[in-house]
Amino acid sequence: MTMGFSDLPELTIGSYRLRSRLFVGTGKYDTLEVMQEALVASGTDLVTVALRRVNLNNPQEPTILDAIPQGCTILPNTAGCHTAEEAVQVAHLARASGIGDLIKLEVIGDQQLLWPDPIETLEATRRLVQDGFTVMVYTSPDPILADYLQKAGAHAIMPLGSPIGSGQGVLDVSQIQWIKARVSVPVVVDAGIGSPADAAMAMEAGADAVLVNTAIAQSRDPVVMARAMQAAVVAGYWGRMAGRMPKRPQAVPSSPVSGVPHVSA
Amino acid sequence: MQLTVNGEPVQLSDIGTVGELLDYFRVTHQAVAVMANGEIVAREAFRSFPIKPGDSVEIIRFVGGG
Repeated sequence: MTMGFSDLPELTIGSYRLRSRLFVGTGKYDTLEVMQEALVASGTDLVTVALRRVNLNNPQEPTILDAIPQGCTILPNTAGCHTAEEAVQVAHLARASGIGDLIKLEVIGDQQLLWPDPIETLEATRRLVQDGFTVMVYTSPDPILADYLQKAGAHAIMPLGSPIGSGQGVLDVSQIQWIKARVSVPVVVDAGIGSPADAAMAMEAGADAVLVNTAIAQSRDPVVMARAMQAAVVAGYWGRMAGRMPKRPQAVPSSPVSGVPHVSA
Repeated sequence: MQLTVNGEPVQLSDIGTVGELLDYFRVTHQAVAVMANGEIVAREAFRSFPIKPGDSVEIIRFVGGG
């Protein structure tokens, strides 16, 4: 069997094996129908969700899980948590709902930047690993912290490219490269991806996968954008594998310099 | 009896267990998680986990998120 261009090697996170290296969030879609179509178009098989209180005035409202395509693994997040204690509790609640032991750990330390709190995040990672979770850790793009998180047992390191929902892309690609060079668990660029170019750049820099939400959900056409993101992830992956040419300070001709015909009058 | 459910004070009678509380609010038992007084209630225990006057209960489900 020959492998198609868009079939990437499986990615393993803990005991989970994933075909797609585009992970997709489910927030901020106009309707569940558009979300479902976009998820299918993206080809993803890992989808994030959040936990919130049931609306007791409308308990029958359709649940997001019903709109997520079959075959997708659910990755609940701890969004909204500000301490390790809160995040650990929310993770346990997620697991108690019966959808598995995966958790996207997110402990926020600054409300304006939605920047992860490194101290609380590290503490929560230790505890969740001890409690048997498969922990994917949202973190600031710090190579030293990434190493600490890996030592604490994190199953994937998820550095932000730029603040959540900002669409500013990967502000410093070298940080992703530094992290990738220092950890052996998968590195997933999470947050800040604004366009397919950003996703491709993250993959080319060495990310094993990217997680995209707002850039798809809030685009003019989420279904087309989902497809474009998938293509960008694939392009970035193979671009990295192929090994890019070195950058040079000056031009180097692509055509032979000798044998140029004399055609002047 | 007086309970706090998802932060709202509610006055209920004839509620003895988490399962009955979910039924009262017509919340499906699938894909929800329940915390009573800070303790997570296992799904298998919904039908037996006791609710007492003054309890604070959180009923949680999945929503869209990144």
